[in-house]
Amino acid sequence: MSLLGEDIITEEGEFVINMGPQHPSTHGVLHLKIWLDGETIKRVQPHLGYIHRSIEKMSENLSYRNFIFATSRMDYLSAHINNEACALCVEKGLQIEATPRAQVIRILMAELTRLSSHQLWWGCTGLDLGAVTPFFYAFREREAVLAIMEETCGARLTMNYMVPGGVMYDLHPNFQKRVKEVMKQIKNNLHEYFEILTGNVIFENRTKGVGYISAEDAVSYGCTGPTARASGVSCDVRKWFPYEGYEKVQFEEILDTGGDCYARYMVRMREMLQSVSIIEQLIDNIPEGDFQAKTKNVIKLPKGEFYQRVETARGELGVFIVSDGAASPYRIKYRSPNFSNLSAIEHMAKGAKIGDLIAIMATLDLVIPDIDR
Amino acid sequence: MTNEEIKLFIAALVPTAAFDESGEFLNIVIAPEELLPLMKDLRNNRELSFDYLFCLTCIDWKDHLMMVYHLLSKKHKHVIVIKAKITDVNDPKIETVSGIWKTANFHEREVYDLFGVQFLNHPDLRRLFLMDDWEGWPLRKNYVDENMIEI
Repeated sequence: MSLLGEDIITEEGEFVINMGPQHPSTHGVLHLKIWLDGETIKRVQPHLGYIHRSIEKMSENLSYRNFIFATSRMDYLSAHINNEACALCVEKGLQIEATPRAQVIRILMAELTRLSSHQLWWGCTGLDLGAVTPFFYAFREREAVLAIMEETCGARLTMNYMVPGGVMYDLHPNFQKRVKEVMKQIKNNLHEYFEILTGNVIFENRTKGVGYISAEDAVSYGCTGPTARASGVSCDVRKWFPYEGYEKVQFEEILDTGGDCYARYMVRMREMLQSVSIIEQLIDNIPEGDFQAKTKNVIKLPKGEFYQRVETARGELGVFIVSDGAASPYRIKYRSPNFSNLSAIEHMAKGAKIGDLIAIMATLDLVIPDIDR
Repeated sequence: MTNEEIKLFIAALVPTAAFDESGEFLNIVIAPEELLPLMKDLRNNRELSFDYLFCLTCIDWKDHLMMVYHLLSKKHKHVIVIKAKITDVNDPKIETVSGIWKTANFHEREVYDLFGVQFLNHPDLRRLFLMDDWEGWPLRKNYVDENMIEI
């Protein structure tokens, strides 16, 4: 099929344009082919694969220690949580558990990741919808969170901190002090986020009632995370299938019933406060002890199939390992949240104006490498 | 429903189904021809109502391909895994389930792209990640590419 689409125009007055792969609002290399009638969207077709690296095929030749680090490059804004999912899946196969200290460290890191990811999303959403200032506000706090990550893990984006049995190194001595400072800063500043964007009349007009998806459709399309929760679908893996001791932490699953871009926006904003609350409950209660359980140098999983899911900043990530007893996985499947969320884009955008598509993509919070893998 | 009740329900519908409970979830292996009617029942039966297909993939076991469907019921919170064994690896065919769960549309295109499984009656079966003129099915175990290096 040609990219220009001269062979696929079926009606008079129909117009086909290509959005991306280099369009700034696609946040990566996503190519959308859009059928228009005037400015109204009739059809949207995503063309994927611009950043397909075949991580699943690569993993078949990597050891159970190495393949984890390839997943940092999938959803790079939830790198910690991707690594955690793989580490948990290997642990499930080995029938071991991370040490109590490592479990708490993992929750703390996962929630810090969620905060930094939502902050980047919030800044970019503002940018996409014509507000430049939110980007600087969001990056002020995101920078502080990333500095904590850098101190403990040695990296700011692809941390590679989770290993089977625990975490790679112990926390930096400054960790608790700095996390408390940053949590205080975020709590003090979060009202600014709402003041500058949430109540803004232009922002509200561009998001309210745009990109609606019903609860039933959200489940059918396999939407997860804030995208589904904004339609009233309860799907938080931390509540449904608790891992790492999330069942011991007090937090609320944020639900909204709007189903539109504004509801998705509000769900993420309220989720940030929940993450802050989880971190505050745990930061003074990190158990002493080993940060890593003892595992063999060469990990071999028993024959069988193992499935582990976690809640990333964008939804449910599933890791499905098929083992034939060798030192590397026989087959790995990543059920990535963005892949399923993207498949609903045509349903959301049909009948909307082309400008609304930007709002829809912004509030879906797509990360393209996670879709292509 | 408990796993035992689900087993009884499925055994009544598909007498040839094989059950495996050694893993985390209840696994049910069926023949590809029986897939579509069984899936419709699993989705529409009130007692089961598997409304969420959370993972759809394929495994290449060299002498056969195994389609894997992970299903969850939001209402009853039970999980099962349906597997369909495709024995003809040179011309694998199976009915699409994209009419039952919309998410299957993209997932089946991915499986077609990387394993070459033909989904009958799929609304839009094209390659998803690779170029339209790409040769071969990369996630098959017998796939060779001149750029692949053994580590």
